[in-house]
Formats: sequence, C-alpha cells, structure tokens
Amino acid sequence: MIGGISPTLLIASLMVASVPIILAAIGELVAERAGVLNLGVEGMMIMGAVCGFIAAVESGSPLVGFVGGAAGGAVLAFIFALLTQVMLANQVATGLALTLFGLGLSSMLGQRYVGIKPPATFDLPLGPLTQIPVLGPILFSHDWVVYFSLALVAATWWTLRATRAGLILRAVGESHDAAHALGYKVRRIRMLALLFGGAMAGMGGAYISLVRVPQWTDGITAGAGWIALAIVVFASWRPWRALIGAYLFGGITVLQLNLQAAGARIPVEYLSMSPYLITILVLVIISSGKGRATSAPANLGQNFHASR
Amino acid sequence: MNRRTLLATATLGFGLAFGGAAAAQGMDKVKACFVYVGPIGDGGWTFQHHQGALDLQKEYGDKVEIAFQENVPEGADAERVLTQMALSGCNIIFTTSFGYMDPTNAVAGKFPDVKFEHATGYKREHPNVSTYNARFYEGRAVQGHIAGKMTKSNKIGYIASFPIPEVVMGINAFYLHAKKVNPAVELTVVWAFTWFDPAKEADAAKAMIEQGVDVIASHTDSTAPLAEAAKTPGVIGFGQASDMAAYAPSPRVSSIIDNWAPYYIKRVGALLDGSYAQADAWEGIAGGEVEIGAITDAVPAEIKAEAEALRDSIAAGTYHPFTGPINKQDGSVWLAEGATAPDGDLLGMGFYVEGITGEIPN
Repeated sequence: MIGGISPTLLIASLMVASVPIILAAIGELVAERAGVLNLGVEGMMIMGAVCGFIAAVESGSPLVGFVGGAAGGAVLAFIFALLTQVMLANQVATGLALTLFGLGLSSMLGQRYVGIKPPATFDLPLGPLTQIPVLGPILFSHDWVVYFSLALVAATWWTLRATRAGLILRAVGESHDAAHALGYKVRRIRMLALLFGGAMAGMGGAYISLVRVPQWTDGITAGAGWIALAIVVFASWRPWRALIGAYLFGGITVLQLNLQAAGARIPVEYLSMSPYLITILVLVIISSGKGRATSAPANLGQNFHASR
Repeated sequence: MNRRTLLATATLGFGLAFGGAAAAQGMDKVKACFVYVGPIGDGGWTFQHHQGALDLQKEYGDKVEIAFQENVPEGADAERVLTQMALSGCNIIFTTSFGYMDPTNAVAGKFPDVKFEHATGYKREHPNVSTYNARFYEGRAVQGHIAGKMTKSNKIGYIASFPIPEVVMGINAFYLHAKKVNPAVELTVVWAFTWFDPAKEADAAKAMIEQGVDVIASHTDSTAPLAEAAKTPGVIGFGQASDMAAYAPSPRVSSIIDNWAPYYIKRVGALLDGSYAQADAWEGIAGGEVEIGAITDAVPAEIKAEAEALRDSIAAGTYHPFTGPINKQDGSVWLAEGATAPDGDLLGMGFYVEGITGEIPN
C-alpha cells in the first residue's frame, strides 16, 4: 500500500480500463496503415456497445455478445467502406457522419434495453496462478478479453512487420498506385482492413457495455473512440506504442481517481487533466527523434480509383 | 363595398382585436423547448427532465408542442443551440443544466419575447429569464442518515461532478447527517469533472471501493456507479435523479427522484393563461419536486423508519437539514446553535463543513 493505494489493484484495474481503447486503436491502426482514415471510431464503438449488449441479453451468453458487438461495428464500417472505397466519398466527412449516425442508431436500437443487466463475463479460471502474490491479481485474474487484446497487439505487430500480408497492407497505405501496378486489389484490401477496424472498435464498445459498465445507456462510450483515434496518431502507427498509450491513458485515469479517493494533496484540476497531458507528452517523446519517426502512411486519407 | 363584405371585414377586425388582446394575456399554443446536457436515455438527470417534458405534453395535448436537443455541451455551443431554438419559434426554453447559465442569459437578452427558464442557476439578468431548482440537499440528508447507519467500514464516498454550489451543498448535507448518526464516519469525495461518462463514473466508484468505501452516493447522471457497486457484495449506493429501481433492492437502497413535471406544467400553463411572471423557484420534498425513492429491505426496518421520519420532518418544515451549530471546514462558525441556513448562503455555497477532508477545486 502506498498512501492508501494498492499498486497491485491499481495495475489490475488499469488493464481492464484500457481494453476498449486498445481494441479500437488497433483496429483503426490497421485501417490507417492501409491508407484509410476512418474518423467514425466513436460511432462504430457505440454500435458495438449496443449490438453486443442486445446479443448478450437475448442469447444469455457474453461470448455471443462480443461477436455481436464486432458484427455491429463491422456493419457500420462496411457502410463507410462502400461510401469511401466504392463511391469515393470524402473520408473525413464520411467518418464524422458515421459517428453521428452510430450515436443516433445505437440510441434507437437500445431503447428497450435501458435498465437491464447483461450476463456476467467471468474471469478466466486460471486456478493456482491467481493465488501468486502480486502477479496473480495483476496478470492472472482477468476475463478473456483482456488477454485477447494483448494477443491482438502482438499479432498485429507481427503481421504488419513480418508477414507478406502485412507488407501488402502497408504497401497499399504507402502508395496505392504502386500497389495497384503490382496487381494488388487496393480496394478489396482496404475494405478488409476497414472491416477489421470496425469489428475491433465494436468489440471495444461491447467491452464497455458488457464488462466495464455492465449496462446500456445512451452515449455510453462517451468519447473513448476519439481517444483511440488520437492514440493511433501519437503512437505514430505502431502497435506496441498504441498499447503503451492506451495503458498510460487508462492507467493515469484510474490513478488520478484513486489519488482523489485516497485524499492526495494535489489539486484536482491537475489530476483531471493529467491523463491527456501525460499520454500525449510521453507518446510525442517516444515518437520524436531518430529521423523516421513521423511515419504517417503516405497515402493516408486519399481515395484510390483504378483509372488514374 | 356591399353590406356582406362590410360585415365580414368588421368581424375580421373584431377577431383581430380580440385575438391581439388574447395574445397579450395568454397564448393558444405554446412551443416548449428543452436543452439537455446528456442523452434522454441516461436513466438519470436528463431522463427525468424528459419525463417532465412528456408529462407536460400529456397535460395540455394539442396546445403544447415540444422540441428538445440532447447532448448539448455546456458553454459556447449552448448559445448556438439556444439561438436556433429561439429563431425556430420556441415560446419558452428550459435549459436544464447549471453550465447553461451564461449562455441562457446572453441569448435571452437578444430575444425579449421568448421566455427562458434555467435550471439550478442563480442569474436572472433579463426580465424574461427565470430560474428553477429543487432542494436536493433535503434528499441528501436522508441519504446521509442511511449511509452513516449502514456503513461497516465507516468510509462513505461521494462521486461529485463539478465544484458548483449545488454539488457542494449535497456533499455537506450528506456528510452532516452521516456524521450525526455515526461520529466515526469519514467521507471521501472524488471529482469526476463530468456529468455523464459511465466508464469514468464506474472507475471512480471502483477506486473508492478498492479503498474500503462501502456506501457510495453519486452526483453524476448515469447508473454506472450502481452497476459498479453491484459487483462487490456489501457495497450500497443510491439512485440519483431517477429512481434507478433496476438496481434494487441492493446496491440501490433508496434514491432521490427529481420530479420536474409539476413545475413544467405550472409554468407552461401560466404562459397559456397569461399569468406568467419571472420567478425564482426552489421547491423541495414538500413541493413534490424532490422525492425519496422507496427504501428497500436491504436497510433494517428501524433505520428505514428513522430515515422516513427525517424525510417527513423536512417535508413538514419542522426540520431544516442545515440547522446550527455548524462550523465551516476551517473551524469558523457558519451557523450558530439553532440557526438555519439562509437560502442565499446555500445558493452560493463554496465551502465544506467541518470534518470533511480535502479541498474543493476552483
């Protein structure tokens, strides 16, 4: 215990608090690496939150809920993909519209589900591992989504860095004309990346409505999607940095509330703004220096048409 | 001009004259508009205001048209929304959050014919601005009593939104009445700096629970603190703004319910019949604006009876939740023995009472 705060419990709760942001950020990172800027993360998250909630309540299974959440996010991403990849609509405007649409639609879908409790998502039964002092509560007493999110970061990092599929995806994001000339289906690859992004944002949303705040309320994501978007940029499109960013943000948010609850003599105003300040500062410092740092995909946000 | 057209013209003239006179006194149809700080499905503050709006519609039927806008940020954005509402033919606009105070007064100056009603504020800079509020601290007193009796760890918590008099008043009333029945009680206050962010509200509740708090009151808008409390057996909380009965019998052991319908019906009714005048309304349990939600069986019968007796004495006017002797946090005297708090002190309250630790943010 340090000043009334138990570091073990703190780290355990920051891991849970960061899950929605990590999932959404990794999804968006993949889409942006493929050269598509989807500002509709918040909309996809909240659609995931409501669809996941409905699926879980109707089926009685949280697992079905997460699948439903991913599907809800992916459906919204599919609309975005149709508009921007097939009809070549402006990505920024379409993304913003997608957020508004998602907020409205989720509110309509969720009307009958206010005040209901979803089926509980239990911690993984890791048996004796949970009994290890310190490490047990931190590492081995979480639900499966926490581990899934960590595995997802590793898998994304590996795929982007070391596989052919990752190379193609990055090529499409760096120069869609060159990728097209080599015979890669730019539009198809981008649509798949978008669907992945939507599904992950949807799962992140479902994590909020099924685990972190087990209930449905309008606007439940309350801006988490925007945080995820910002973290992707400040992490300069690298999966592990995105993880650091999400943990920092989630961690400092939890820490500042704990400090307040423990009666720390730090003015509350500073505590409240600290998650934003420190996350941005740290990520900027990590991403600065060493020449090739600001590595936005060269064709980010540009539409591609094969006739050019 | 033949006789028939002359008669028709005369009738029209009379009609106009009477119509004009009627407009000066009352109105045939009122468009009532509402500005909400959160979504109507928040299950709390905004939900209750919207219920009031719906009851208003039901009361007057065709004579009232309702319009509303959700999720309006407090500050400059609110001014834009208000201006648009005023231009779109709203006759009376209810702005339902403290942060709309300055925007409401600014826009009211530009539209002298539109009535503005600001909830929980104190500025009435123009004759067409009224304020209305409810004495939520009366409900907080009842909650504090239950909290002081029910806590086993002697640690009670309060999730606060913004450091405004409304919230500080609630914290003080809650603490005073918990302390009265349990001198060992300690209060932990966490400022969320938001009215509505379910994940953050849940985190705040979690942080307090991890530090041993077992009774949580909240002054934010969603049901998230109760959802978080439900995860830990033995932790109780209260419904805030709305009954939040979905979490009964525990963790929700009681609630403060805001009932705005009587006020909305009264004010729009006054506009319809022409008796409307600027007002500064502040009703409490007695006026029906603050209701105490059913105390569940998770609370022992004797504590329940005491809490209900407290509620009834406040309603009857025989007891004021802020009755001296009460000292301020720094030890200086605020209320002498037997004195009750003047409304002015409450509406501008910017200090903790003696015994609360921590500082109020600026």
